[in-house]
Amino acid sequence: MQLSKRPSSCTRWMRQKILVLIFTIGTNILELNHSSWEMEFKQEVTDFVSRSVPPSTAAKVARGLRIDKEDIVGWQKILHAQGWGAVAWPKEHGGLEWNALQQSIFDEVCSQYNAPIQLPFGLKMVAPVIMKFGSVAQQQKYLPRIIAGLDWWCQGYSEPGSGSDLASLKTKADRAADHYVVNGQKTWTTLAQHADMIFCLVRTNHEVRKQEGISFLLIDMKSPGITVRPIQTIDGEHEINEVWLDNVKVPLENLVGEENKGWTYAKYLLSHERTNIAQIGKSKRELTKLIQMSASIKVGEERLLDDPRFTDQIAELSIELDALNVTNMRVIGSKDPAFIQLGASILKIKGSEIQQRITELQMQALGPYAMTQLQDDEIMDPNDPESLHPLAHFPVNSPHLPGLYFNYRKASIYGGSNEIQRNIIAKLSLDL
Amino acid sequence: MNFDYSPEQVMLQDSLKRYLDKNYNFAKRQEYSQSPLAMNEPAWQFYAELGLLGLPFEEAYGGMGGSPSDVLWIMSSLGKYLALEPYLSTVILGGSLINAAASEAQKMEWIPRIAEGSLKLALAHAEPSSRYQSAHVSTSAAFKGDAKEGSYVLNGSKNVVLHGHTAHAYLVSARSHGALDERAGISLFWVPSDHPGLTAHVYPSQDGSRACDLELKDCQVPAEYRLGEEGNALSAIELALEHGNAALCAEATGIMSEMNALTLAYLKTRQQFGVNIGQFQALQHRMVEMLIQEEQSRSMSILAAQSLSEGDPLKRARDVSAAKAFVCKAAQKVGQEAIQLHGGIGVTHEVSISHYFKRLTMITLILGDFNHHLDKVSEHIKSQSM
Repeated sequence: MQLSKRPSSCTRWMRQKILVLIFTIGTNILELNHSSWEMEFKQEVTDFVSRSVPPSTAAKVARGLRIDKEDIVGWQKILHAQGWGAVAWPKEHGGLEWNALQQSIFDEVCSQYNAPIQLPFGLKMVAPVIMKFGSVAQQQKYLPRIIAGLDWWCQGYSEPGSGSDLASLKTKADRAADHYVVNGQKTWTTLAQHADMIFCLVRTNHEVRKQEGISFLLIDMKSPGITVRPIQTIDGEHEINEVWLDNVKVPLENLVGEENKGWTYAKYLLSHERTNIAQIGKSKRELTKLIQMSASIKVGEERLLDDPRFTDQIAELSIELDALNVTNMRVIGSKDPAFIQLGASILKIKGSEIQQRITELQMQALGPYAMTQLQDDEIMDPNDPESLHPLAHFPVNSPHLPGLYFNYRKASIYGGSNEIQRNIIAKLSLDL
Repeated sequence: MNFDYSPEQVMLQDSLKRYLDKNYNFAKRQEYSQSPLAMNEPAWQFYAELGLLGLPFEEAYGGMGGSPSDVLWIMSSLGKYLALEPYLSTVILGGSLINAAASEAQKMEWIPRIAEGSLKLALAHAEPSSRYQSAHVSTSAAFKGDAKEGSYVLNGSKNVVLHGHTAHAYLVSARSHGALDERAGISLFWVPSDHPGLTAHVYPSQDGSRACDLELKDCQVPAEYRLGEEGNALSAIELALEHGNAALCAEATGIMSEMNALTLAYLKTRQQFGVNIGQFQALQHRMVEMLIQEEQSRSMSILAAQSLSEGDPLKRARDVSAAKAFVCKAAQKVGQEAIQLHGGIGVTHEVSISHYFKRLTMITLILGDFNHHLDKVSEHIKSQSM
């Protein structure tokens, strides 16, 4: 190879190195493309998922109708029977240790075939904490039940007076002889009405800095003294609850890790939550739905999709989703803790913004039809997934879209509001 | 999955960084910008020694056999130092065109000279009314003579030829047949910069470099100066523009990371109301948004580079346009906010931030702007749901 007419000694050294490089350069940095191995993997996932999602569940997911506990638990059990109950978990706990790309393919295929979500509270939130900080007894007791879909977990973090300032929480656990006595109130507790277990942040020390007096407790929802009260959300749904704890006895062995170290565990969990919150597979499916809707909705003789003012907005959204997707892969594939930390907050912010934007454009695509508000049983006969009530005179089978727009304003608020995420980045990544 | 650079790539990157740290600080860059060719020849020779100028070419011709993913770190590094050398024009655009369209003999002649640093190129494609439309070529190429001893007579004008002032030869698109905007009929010619019938009007550019307009008046070139088949050059030109845009995305990402570093440092030192202004949450959140835009732009640059390595031309074009559209928007946000957070000093000529801002802004306007690339993504969506 001719690099220079009069190579210096430095150049000669370089030249030798470059000859070595020729065979290595360009092969390591990027692995976004789908190799034949990945194609085979995707085919394997597709083969299973496409025939395994129960049709009644898939029909509801496809139309954005309410899914029940049985839909979610049923799907978890189907996955578990296949050995795919927790694909990201370490093998020692029954997982498959699928890598970032495999997880993202799995996520995408499940969304594509209208599988319901896998409930994140056990699988993706408390389980990593139990694996990292929990006792062996806790690991043996809880993890197999999570993966098998036997326990439904909910998250006891927020309180009426402790939203963004989570560490100010007041629910307290006082130590008695062989148990804690827990008193207080949790709120915004998602799907607590179905829950078997709740993981709770509780105050065990009132004398120290607020972050240093918090403990992480696992509480059985059947314990005497627990009351769950529904909160109706903006779209009329029952998704979130208040959970009242009145002299609830919790065995000491249900403490995770050390007393008063709960804030550390809570933050560890939140970083997992933020990544899961990105919901990329689901957003891809909903973007596809948006495009299909826009292709079927007529504006005179034209399709809505032929209106550049509308389709340009879809295009911008699809570009944002691309960026999120690649960032997600970079984060999951990274071994740099600082980048993972930053990435988790970016994924939360951008993932929630994209979900919100999708619901917004889907609603706008409906135009005046967005006015219609129908109940699920007015739309679909539960015994006949293919049925559609004549009242549901929508251009597409997505009668809940306006409700979802209103509902999804939550996405930039929960899991640490997007403003809190910016505070976190400013502090931890920018040292401001 | 591994998104980190290989040890070898890190080594090359370090060599480039060490060189630029030493020889390309902002004061020196401004000197180079004011020099007759608005670049630094020793730096160009160093790039040659590192092998960067032969990057896209096969080893058989004296190239390095690199991939679009290598362009990521090279362009990003050059962006960080606001390097003025015609890497985009010679290696990315020129290299892509030569790889796609040149004959064996042409490759043997040109590639070694490019790799050793003695041949610089410029793409002369855009015309006064083409804006970003790649098939809008009105410059004419009339064939004269017979198949053995033929030549082409070129007539027309080419605008805003990037790095045109340093080029030893231009790659000129001209129409040998077909109507304006027709895809067929566009040919590509090698025209040495001192060729009779060719006049270059050089002018300074906003980003501290130069560009030129070309006038071709009965400019007669031998038939062997044609690259590829007659009338069939458009897809090679479009591929080159895709490579160019992917490279610009990487350069912009490098510039954004430097602007963010400069702005963050400023927030931590500039005092008002008795504190560093970085303590104000109103500014912190804006700085965070700039960082997010940088990271997301990096992701889109990776996507573009990756798609360029793959086969599917429709997806490739779509992904590169998606990346460029994203980067255009991100560049606008990061650039404007960096100036705003610097306050008054940001709109002066003396600080580097304003020069980064100008180069970053120009990237959003060359080889297709936001609207142009967004339109391509929209068209792709529509074509997928017919």
